[in-house]
Order: sequence, then structure tokens, then C-alpha cells
Amino acid sequence: MKQIYLDNQSNTKMDDIVFDAMLPYLKENYGNPQSIYSLGQISKDAIEQARISVAKLINAQNNEIIFTSCGSESNNLALKGFAYANLKKGKHIIVSSIEHFSILNSVKALSSEGFEITYLPVDGEGFVNIKELKKALRKDTILVSIQHANTEIGVIQDIAGISKIVKEKNISMHVDAVCTAGIIPIDVASLNIDMLTLASSVIYGPKGAAALYVKKGTLIKTQIDGGVQEFSKRAGTENVPAIAGFGIACDIAMSEMQKNFDYTKVLRDKLINGLKDKIEYIYLNGSINNRLPNNVNFSIEFVEGEALFLMLDAKGIMAASGSSCASKSLKMSHVLTALNVNTAVGQGSIVFTLSKFNTSEEIDYVIEEFPKIVERLRSMSPLYDHFIKTGTRMKAGPGTDYDDHDHEHCDNI
Amino acid sequence: MAFYSEKVMDHFANPRNVGEIKDADGVGEVGNPVCGDMMKFYIKVKDNKIEDVKFKTFGCGAAIAVSSMVSEMALGKTLEEALEITNASVAKELGGLPPNKMHCSNLGADALHKAIENYKKKGV
Repeated sequence: MKQIYLDNQSNTKMDDIVFDAMLPYLKENYGNPQSIYSLGQISKDAIEQARISVAKLINAQNNEIIFTSCGSESNNLALKGFAYANLKKGKHIIVSSIEHFSILNSVKALSSEGFEITYLPVDGEGFVNIKELKKALRKDTILVSIQHANTEIGVIQDIAGISKIVKEKNISMHVDAVCTAGIIPIDVASLNIDMLTLASSVIYGPKGAAALYVKKGTLIKTQIDGGVQEFSKRAGTENVPAIAGFGIACDIAMSEMQKNFDYTKVLRDKLINGLKDKIEYIYLNGSINNRLPNNVNFSIEFVEGEALFLMLDAKGIMAASGSSCASKSLKMSHVLTALNVNTAVGQGSIVFTLSKFNTSEEIDYVIEEFPKIVERLRSMSPLYDHFIKTGTRMKAGPGTDYDDHDHEHCDNI
Repeated sequence: MAFYSEKVMDHFANPRNVGEIKDADGVGEVGNPVCGDMMKFYIKVKDNKIEDVKFKTFGCGAAIAVSSMVSEMALGKTLEEALEITNASVAKELGGLPPNKMHCSNLGADALHKAIENYKKKGV
């Protein structure tokens, strides 16, 4: 059966060149980078070479790059590490309401320790509300953390504009750039930001490696106590093969950036237009203009997202969804909620994220198969039935006879 | 291991008794579109037995599989027997459901019971 992988924001297929570059460090070059003998220094060299590659990708200095194990760890280190190291400055932190859970749950943990958190709303297209940001800045605000682009809807924030406002007040700024580093250009120097998270596994590199850029002079407290690895900011034996692979992935990303951008954008637009032409009552989530070149996120009315991607999977197509049922927490995606997407409609969310490995023929196949799946699920949907017969959408809420069921799992009414 | 059992996937991919009965003797509906699950059951009753059953479901893989399984279990049963079908027994017949799906998507038996109640009310 065909295998069409369209969940590249979750993880990308590794580049063969990256894999080959990692192999020696999984086999013969097994020395601990902290050891001074030659085998150790071979590993050390691999890490330092990777550090140069990562720094170059975002225009940072080499010694401003701290390697971690994943984007979530980098985000934890940025938020908690900065908060604990800068206690004297204040205890107020600002984040957007559509951040990744590693940001949202980090600040949640901090709030239980006396930090005050402001969650900035976004508009219907997914952009952080600048007026609200200006209003939220206080004398005791120590940090603003805003993602560069969103995992689910691919909307790219105006980081330069946001940073200007934040830095005018002498407040530090962190950017979660897991979705953008290696995909679109990033220059930490011109953006004037203090910390930035980037990860390997979404740019054709291996899992197990990520980085946090920390501008020289920015204080952070290590979150893993131990040895002196990573400038004493992140203890623990380095994952040498993954870090080496991450470095190569950054080199490739840099040289292919424009090419991959243009290539995936053509596929993205083909998929968006193809599905819009063939399916009624389908709505694109997030701005079409300032959007990652590889992100497609639709809400399909009258059907549910998990059922959609299970049927896609049966056709060999792998995608994601932001519906309640598709999430382990049984809540509709917090991103769609923040965008004020109608909760019943948002249940039919489907997310396709493309990579440089996808082909135009694969997109043709999705445009061919997906409308049939939607039609099939609609043919068994009581909501669609109601809509076709009455021309109205079924209302939910108190007073309807299907509301007396136990819906404690359902937090979005 | 797969997220869903083979039986769940079979009932999801090939749901039995999908549709509606235009002159149904009883109709039952549970769920809420906002929560992502809604099921509507139609039954035809003859000599106290469920002669025909059809359903329409909006929901995830589990919700569709559960509806299909309930319809299969109910067909040909007396009303008393059908009322003994529980959400738990449906899940068991399906070879189990993931823990987080047990409460939200497993509403099929409730929908069936509502259809039977609806039929009984009409009879009074």
C-alpha cells in the first residue's frame, strides 16, 4: 500500500546524508566528549562542529548554543531557567495562548510557585494581539515568550515587531522557533531576542537533539544538575550521534531553505485549493498569508477529525487532527479554541504538514481520496442529515434532549 | 500495538446497519456535536422484538464502531434483552476500548435504550 506521510510538523523523515553522518558516532566513535583522550575528543569535535552549524543557521555565536534533548526541554530550560535566575527582577511572565504545551505547562508550573502569568489572546487568524501585549507589559515583567510559528495552524508571528515593543521596556524575550528554524530565515541578532528554541527532528534530523540559543549575558539556571557539559547549563552526557546529525541537518536546511520553501508552498496551495474545490463546508484555520509553506489545517463541518485521519490512514495517508477525540486529554485543540473556532466545527479538524519528500502525485492522491472519505462520514453523520433536511445546523446545549448525558469530559461547551 | 483492537477497526471501517428508518417505531439520540460525539438510533419493533435497527453517528473511530456493534447486538433481540445491553458489554464485545474512549464515545447502548423508551412511550 502507498505510504504518504503528511504529519511533518510532528516529525520528519531523516535525510539519508544525516543518517550517514551519525553512523560513526553510533559505532566506532563512542567516546565520551568530556574525556580528554583521543576517542573522547573525536566526539567533542563532532559536538563543536554541530554547534557551529546551529549557530550559523540562526546567526548566533557558537557559545550561545546549548544542546538539549528536545524542543520541550529547551522550552523548559528557557522559561524555568530564566525565571529562577532572574527572581530579583520580578515575577511576571507573558506568553501567548497558542504556545506549545511545553511552554504552557512550564508557566503553569511557575505559577504554582508564585509567578504571575499573562496569556495573550490571538485574533481569528491566529496573530498575537499587539495591543494586548502592550497593555500586559508591567514593571515586574521579566520575560515574554512567543512562538515564531504555530505547530497546528502554521501562522507566523511578527517576532521583529513584538520584540521591538518588548525590548523597548528592557524585558527579555524568548521565541519558540521549533516550527520555523531551518524552514524560514531567522536572525537572532537582528530580531534582538534573548533566547530561541530550535529542534532537529522537524528539519530532517534525528530525534533526541535540540538547542536553546541563549544570548551572551542572559542569565539562566540549569534545570539538570550535574557536570559541566554545555557551559554548565545542561548537565548529562551529550547525545553525540543525534547532535552530530542535528548539525548536518542545519547545514542542509540552510543550503536548501529557499528551494524547500518554494517547493512545499506549491504543494500546500495545490492541496488547499484542491480540497476547497471538492468539499463543501470546509474552512481553513489560520491566516493564509503569513503561514508556514508546509501547513494545511482545515475544519470539515459535520464530521469528526479522528474518524477522518483513521480513514486516511486506511488509504495510506498519515495526518493529524485537533479534535477532542483525537487528543488524549479529550479537549479540542487549545489553538482552535483560542482562534474562536466553533467547537462543533473544530471537531472536524484535519492537519496536513508537508515535507520536501512529498510529491505532487501524492497530493493528487489526497485530493482524490479525501473528499470520498468526507462524503462517506457525512453520509452517516446525524448532523449532516439534519443540515440537509432542514438547512439549519443542529444546536447543542441546555434544553436539547441529548444534553442530559454525562459530559464532564467535554470542557468546551 | 495498535491504538484500537482489530474488531473496533473492522466495525469502524465497515459499519453495520448505517442509515435511518423513515417510519421508525422508536428513535433515540445521545451525545452533543460540541463534544465531538453524537449518535442517533432508529428501531423497528415487531412482536416485542427488534426487527430492524439503523443508526447515524457523528464521532471518532470508537463512536462509529460502538454504534455498529450495538446495532448488531440489538438486532433480533426482545426489548427486554436489548435493554440488558450495556455500554460495558459493548466495549467487551469490541475487544476493549482505550481507557480515554470508555466514557466519551461509548454511548451506543444509551442511544439504543432511548430509542426503546421512545417506542414504549408511543405505545402508551
